[in-house]
Amino acid sequence: MKHNSVNQIKLELESRSVNESFARAVVAAFAAQLDPTVEELSDIKTAVSEAVTNCIVHAYPNNCGRVWITVIIHDSGLVRIRVRDKGCGIPDITKAREPLFTTAGEERSGLGFAVMESFMDRVHVRSAVGVGTTVTLEKTIRGRSGGLNDAG
Amino acid sequence: MPVQFIYDDQTLTALLSGEIDHHSAAFLRQILDESIAKFRPSKLILDFDAVSFMDSSAVGLVMGRYRCVDAYGGAIEVLNLTPKTLRMMRLSGLQSLAVLRGKVSGGKNE
Ligand SMILES: Nc1ncnc2c1ncn2[C@@H]1O[C@H](COP(=O)(O)OP(=O)(O)OP(=O)(O)O)[C@@H](O)[C@H]1O
Ligand SMILES: [Mg+2]
Repeated sequence: MKHNSVNQIKLELESRSVNESFARAVVAAFAAQLDPTVEELSDIKTAVSEAVTNCIVHAYPNNCGRVWITVIIHDSGLVRIRVRDKGCGIPDITKAREPLFTTAGEERSGLGFAVMESFMDRVHVRSAVGVGTTVTLEKTIRGRSGGLNDAG
Repeated sequence: MPVQFIYDDQTLTALLSGEIDHHSAAFLRQILDESIAKFRPSKLILDFDAVSFMDSSAVGLVMGRYRCVDAYGGAIEVLNLTPKTLRMMRLSGLQSLAVLRGKVSGGKNE
């Protein structure tokens, strides 16, 4: 199936925890152009919250860095969200994606990637130690009307 | 206040509300731990009925409170989870440590 991109936003924010709710609300508001169900919107919000929180907690553990979010919507109903940081990077991505794996101790459950995988259609992770991490989340919105509203 | 407490007959009920993420969990953790230390309840009930959003940080929050309460022999119950939040809690294996209950259907949320 061909996916023609119809609209895109880019967002840059500082890695402060107070921005977590802002980031997921912005992405959800933009994705609303595809006329998603409440359920689909809540899946996107949760996955974005996980990815952005990981940048804040893990990528920049001791300092404030920057997080870049790109959201592209396609006429097929596909939403692609990229969350990027220039933080510490992930040494072993396969291990990091295992449910319950965490490097952050007691108060973290190690479920972030498992939640992203269970709420989105596809999760792709690229990372290099000392360079940063890019998490790409994809979901096809079936929506309340089953397709794109009239973004164009 | 994102949490209200009711203490009765050795049971401490915390009515949580709003959005639970990594940012808000820090404050919730602090006030929950203060209340747990004060009452040392034999049962802690975390009621999610008025929680409008949660991510895995809320699972970490519940796990952490389980450890606090379990340390002195107390138990924990988590109530009014939506089907999705229940699924998230189960991914962590919490169902073997705590009682997890979903929202009764016919309610306002899904
Ligand atoms: N952006 C990132 N930069 C560096 N390391 C990361 C990043 N995202 C994830 N990680 C690593 O991958 C591990 C697993 O991430 P995941 O989100 O699954 O769990 P968690 O963040 O540890 O716990 P939870 O998300 O349940 O609070 C993290 O503990 C961390 O070591
Ligand atoms: Mg995480």
